[in-house]
Amino acid sequence: MSSGDGSSEPSSKISKISKKPRYSRFTQQELPACKPILTPGLVITILISLAIIFIPIGLSSISASENVVELVDRYDDVCIPSNSSNHDEKIGFIQDAATNKTCFRTWIVPKKMNHPIFVYYQLDNFYQNHRRYVKSRSDHQLWSPKSERATKLCEPEAQNDDDKPIVPCGLIAWSLFNDTYRFSRNDDAIEINKKDIAWGSDRTKKFGSDVYPKNFQTRGLIGGAKLNESIPLSQQEDLIVWMRTAALPSFRKLYGRIETDLEANDKITIEIQNNYNTYSFNGRKKLVISTTTWIGGKNDFLGRMYMTVGGTSLFFAIAFSILFVIKPR
Amino acid sequence: MSGRRGRGIHFSRLYSFSCFRGSFRDEHSQIGQKGYSRVVYCNDPDNSEQLMLRYRSNYVSTTKYTAINFIPKSLFEQFRRVANIYFLVVACVSFSPLAPYTASSILWPLLVVIGATMAKEAVEDWRRRKQDVEANNRKVKVYDRNHNFQQTRWKKLRVGDLVKVYKDEYFPADLLLLSSSYEDGICYVETTNLDGETNLKVKHALDVTSSLHEDNSFQHFKAIIKCEDPNEDLYAFVGTLYYDGQQYPLSLQQLLVRDSKLRNTEFVYGVVVFTGHDTKVMQNATDPPSKRSKIERKMDKIIYVLFSLLILVSFIGSFFFGISTKKDIDDGKLKRWYLRPDAATVFYDPQRSALAAFFHFLTGLMLYGYLIPISLYVSIEVVKVLQTIFINRDQDMYYEETDKPAHARTSNLNEELGQVDTILSDKTGTLTCNSMDFVKCSIAGVAYGRGMTEVERALAKRKGDTHHDSGITSSNIQRSSGDRAGSGKSIKGFNFHDERIMNGQWVNEPHADMIQKFFRVLALCHTAIPEVNQETGEVAYEAESPDEAAFVIAARELGFEFFERTQTSISLHELDHKSGRKIDRTTVQQNVPHACGLELKNSSHIGHVSPSPENVLFLLRVRSYTLLHILEFSSARRRMSVIVKNAENQLLLLCKGADSVMFERLSEDAQDSVAITMDHIKRYSEAGLRTLVVAYRELSELEYRSWEEEFLTAQTSLNADRDALIEAAADKIERDLILLGATAVEDKLQKGVPECIEKLENAGIKIWVITGDKMETAINIGYACSLLREDMKQIVITLDSAEISDLEKKETRRLLQREGKLQLSSSEGNSIPFGLIIDGKSLTFALSKNLEDSFLDLANNCASVICCRSTPKQKALVTRLVKKGTGRTMLAIGDGANDVGMLQEADIGVGISGVEGMQAAMSSDFTIAQFRFLERLLLVHGHWCYRRISMMICYFFYKNIAFGFTLFWFEAHASFSGQPAYNDWYMSFYNVFFTSLPVIALGVFDQDVSARLCLKNPELYQEGIHNILFSWPRILGWMLNGIISSMIIFFFTTNSVLHQAFRRDGRVVDFEVLGVMMYTCAVWTVNCQMALSINYFTWIQHFFIWGSIAFWYAFLVMYGAMSPRISTTAYQVFVETCAPSPFFWLETLLVVVSALLPYLLYRSFQTEFNPMIHDVIQRRRLESPEVEAPKELSGKIGKLREEDSLLSKL
Repeated sequence: MSSGDGSSEPSSKISKISKKPRYSRFTQQELPACKPILTPGLVITILISLAIIFIPIGLSSISASENVVELVDRYDDVCIPSNSSNHDEKIGFIQDAATNKTCFRTWIVPKKMNHPIFVYYQLDNFYQNHRRYVKSRSDHQLWSPKSERATKLCEPEAQNDDDKPIVPCGLIAWSLFNDTYRFSRNDDAIEINKKDIAWGSDRTKKFGSDVYPKNFQTRGLIGGAKLNESIPLSQQEDLIVWMRTAALPSFRKLYGRIETDLEANDKITIEIQNNYNTYSFNGRKKLVISTTTWIGGKNDFLGRMYMTVGGTSLFFAIAFSILFVIKPR
Repeated sequence: MSGRRGRGIHFSRLYSFSCFRGSFRDEHSQIGQKGYSRVVYCNDPDNSEQLMLRYRSNYVSTTKYTAINFIPKSLFEQFRRVANIYFLVVACVSFSPLAPYTASSILWPLLVVIGATMAKEAVEDWRRRKQDVEANNRKVKVYDRNHNFQQTRWKKLRVGDLVKVYKDEYFPADLLLLSSSYEDGICYVETTNLDGETNLKVKHALDVTSSLHEDNSFQHFKAIIKCEDPNEDLYAFVGTLYYDGQQYPLSLQQLLVRDSKLRNTEFVYGVVVFTGHDTKVMQNATDPPSKRSKIERKMDKIIYVLFSLLILVSFIGSFFFGISTKKDIDDGKLKRWYLRPDAATVFYDPQRSALAAFFHFLTGLMLYGYLIPISLYVSIEVVKVLQTIFINRDQDMYYEETDKPAHARTSNLNEELGQVDTILSDKTGTLTCNSMDFVKCSIAGVAYGRGMTEVERALAKRKGDTHHDSGITSSNIQRSSGDRAGSGKSIKGFNFHDERIMNGQWVNEPHADMIQKFFRVLALCHTAIPEVNQETGEVAYEAESPDEAAFVIAARELGFEFFERTQTSISLHELDHKSGRKIDRTTVQQNVPHACGLELKNSSHIGHVSPSPENVLFLLRVRSYTLLHILEFSSARRRMSVIVKNAENQLLLLCKGADSVMFERLSEDAQDSVAITMDHIKRYSEAGLRTLVVAYRELSELEYRSWEEEFLTAQTSLNADRDALIEAAADKIERDLILLGATAVEDKLQKGVPECIEKLENAGIKIWVITGDKMETAINIGYACSLLREDMKQIVITLDSAEISDLEKKETRRLLQREGKLQLSSSEGNSIPFGLIIDGKSLTFALSKNLEDSFLDLANNCASVICCRSTPKQKALVTRLVKKGTGRTMLAIGDGANDVGMLQEADIGVGISGVEGMQAAMSSDFTIAQFRFLERLLLVHGHWCYRRISMMICYFFYKNIAFGFTLFWFEAHASFSGQPAYNDWYMSFYNVFFTSLPVIALGVFDQDVSARLCLKNPELYQEGIHNILFSWPRILGWMLNGIISSMIIFFFTTNSVLHQAFRRDGRVVDFEVLGVMMYTCAVWTVNCQMALSINYFTWIQHFFIWGSIAFWYAFLVMYGAMSPRISTTAYQVFVETCAPSPFFWLETLLVVVSALLPYLLYRSFQTEFNPMIHDVIQRRRLESPEVEAPKELSGKIGKLREEDSLLSKL
């Protein structure tokens, strides 16, 4: 029977085209596949390997973080005259261009800090990520002198009172941070290197080397720092750093680098020009110096979270093993 | 039998031989009134009155759109989806300053999505248009003013035109047949395009016009037709022909319907009655009801939930935004002076903070649009189309014999296949083969036929006669195949073995004359059309139903070969039992052929019925019978008769019909074998056979004359009670019949049906059988296909025995209530499964308003339900009742035109593309060739598709919530100002490139367990019936998981980079870097979540999942390399800023693992301590790793099965 079958079958297939679906592993859904299942063994293995990977990473992150020396000093509340206790007085003080806003702070270095030591200013409760703020800039204008009139997005800081375009326009540039710091150790000034604090790509591609500030901060309401109109934007690194807006309302920005080591117990005096108005919106200002390691600055969170996740995995691995022993399926 | 015939009702109306034309209708009297107002001036299309009527042209357009309305109409179709409207509004508003991101980044994805769908529509419509153009430009010959027939395009035809259609041409419009190449004005028509039936139908011109045979006979032909208005009823036509001052009634017999084809006839003349869209076929061309799956309907609800969530989130955002904006100016002093609140636009103006908040609300609606997945609909459509390809390409659902693979006609319902709760199945042609085999007969009280039916075998098996088991089955087969070894082939429709009457031996039987009459009735009393093969002389039959074919074939095989039918006569090759002694072969061949008009039957032809060693041949004589009347079958009459005059001028009424109507019409004085025949019939129907009673009667000339007069009056009467008159007349003559015997026809169970039903029951699917068959037959089929089992308690509700019809209703109610109570009380105590059997009459009452609830209650508590003797309408009613009453998913499966209502009413209609034409298949959602494929369609494809789609949707919501909520958390840290955390293009590509392909791979390829295990563990299907994978807790669980993921992504990322440097060079994280970090984590998390939640990795999954992640990095590099004017915040951000920082990578690892850990732990505990069904089966597979049958082995098994089936066919 079967032999007869075999002989008749091919001929019938030749005679007319069969609608029989052609076999392929794809259409028959029989592709070779790996089918992992969450067995207790696999789960425990996964959890333990997570623990094995995560705990060491956590430990090394914590130790890296421990090696970072960081000094943070809030000065907005101390660098004002002691008599201006209430809010309005503080604002009055900071908005008064005539008053002397110099303020001295003294730090003792707790541990040796190897160079480079990074100097940051930190602002709290400052919404650099507010939509109105973020949008208020003109990338075209910053890059090319031809586009200086491309100020559509910059309102209300687009043009000065004579309808001349402001370069750089917009709220971000207008509100440029203008506190300054001068460090000295035992009356020797410590130089702060302000070169190369902005991202290279910003300097070379976003801020034109032939774009010079124009009509900046010339209107009635002065926002923040003024710019030297003879220096092209690509070299105004403070501006470039400032204009790379922060993601969160509390942020640090790089102010400069100290290229010498600071020894433990060095006494450092900082002369602060407390110009920037954070009092209106209850913001805080801090000055930070910090060293870095491979992980960056002082960062306990990462290490701790690694430890936590690793620990959780380990805990559940054990719990799971115990449950499996007590109550096998 | 009557069930079989019931199915034939529709078709028989296309038939010509009926005197009950237009029965149930009395519309002839309504001609000229409302609904019957069409007037056609034949052969005078330029008649001013005709032109006044302005009937439509014959131009046909089936396209959905025209060139002009395509854009607006298809756009309108698109925007009927709520989500699309939302996206359109968003896209429009995105050009205003309200938009949180650039307009193009939202517009492009929308355009792509809409454009793709519109392109699909356009392509489909273009194909339709091409077909239209082809049809409109076909040529037909039309009679012109110069009295010639001229070639004209179809579209130019007008109502009233006279056309000539040649053999094998399609009719260009609905024509009134005037005459044909045949003298008597008949023609043969093939209606495959209309109802899929391949058999030819005969159409019959009116006698008055049938003489117009030649082109020039139409010179002075003028007539007026008044008829019904265009309608979609293919099986009725009412009209009147005014010709030569006379009126002639017109019926469907004279109507040639567009798209059917002229066959076996040289040419016909006809008058165009309906053109273009007025034709029956075009009127019928409505789209089948569009069905949506339960999951999709639920998905809409989820979309509404998400919309509410969207509104809520936006509202929260705008509330806080309003407050913080208002506070920006306090007592005339600027607070956040860097925002210049004093010079703000309306969107940020502290003076009008409420307005600003409102505008912000709109912004929020746009910003959180990511909660509503724009690509979900498109993705689901893509996935479903791919799934249907898998269904269509499944080799295991391909049926070799008819060369038919499974076919998913719609892709909407794939996942619904995985949720079927109740199957409503037709019996004939669905559970059974619908190839009727003549197996037994009882003639004059003697039972003939020795074969054993499958039902008998099943019954024997059930009764525990194990020694009769497979051994006897196979020996039966052996024997029967041995019987026919001489001929080497079996005869379709004939499976009768009895040496007593075969091979002409019947002449030696005691009742030879009765036997002769019996088979004469079978050979004469039918409406089949013979087709004589000119070369071999073999006769094949075009019968209305397989039963009828089986009778004619049986008659042929026993020596009464019907070979010719004209309008007025039927001719047989018949064995003369008096002179027809056995004649030696040589004698016959030498002498007989030329003698006295006798015809010799070709030995090779008769060879297969005469395998006896003597090689006998028979003397066959042509006998012609004058056909006087056919009293057609109808479901009400349940019988049919013919009145013929034989060569001896005897007038005979030959009748066959259902036992219930036949026995009461038997003559009082010829009752000898009645009791024993009744007993035989009972036994036959117990054996699952369809029975008919055969009887005859001689009429006296006088009686016939008077009757005919009455009958013709009735037939020509035009008043309302015409049908009643005809019926009464027919009834008058169909009495005092003499019983000849009964036939039994087997409708074999299809291969694999019992196993399939058992599997489906194990899967928790309830199966109802709805059939037109007799109760006994239905019950026995129920046993044979293991629907009913010995351990079941049967509840039988029948009204067959009810004497008084008045009591019927009360009776049913009482029965239902009693049984219902009984059921309830007993189901509390024990768990005996119940089987409910209800007949058509009772069903009529059970389906009435006041009883349907208790009926439903009762039926729901029964394991299986069999409804017998039910009409097509009842089928649809039951479907609707169950669907509405239980709210569960119904699947209806059937093969015939009478199942169409049921198929369309059910949630899913599955058509069997079988013997009975394509009508059911055309109106179904899925077609399969055999019932047993249903098992694979449901348990494998249904389960997979359900799982895939529900997982896919859940996951879709997960990934969009996980992403969308990071935006919200960020906004909360940006003073709710509506600032998105990411670059515009990251966001618009999220759904398109970085996460969509893995979801599609999930939707197309994922398998929880292999097909083999799906079939082996039918309980897996329960997940779909109870909708476990798409229940609200699960959906909300996934959403919650999404929210958790988003929180982990946002808070872990922000906390770990809050202030400090993240690189050795002391630089800090800014807005651009944070966006990349969070986005990277989001892409990793959702893709790895996908990898975690599927259990089936082919290279495709790996490629898509890991490819999507890799593509994100690639995109970052490429996009970042573009000029900063284009890439804005993404410029060089990865290469320069993130990649060199080890912190970036560590942070990604931490966040991704943390975001996945909750799900991993949950799933681990769940699989271990509260496993779902598929978990258990997966585990079982792992623990007892049977070697997956390699392809050769399964191929071998397949081959073995094929051999088996070959054996059983013999």
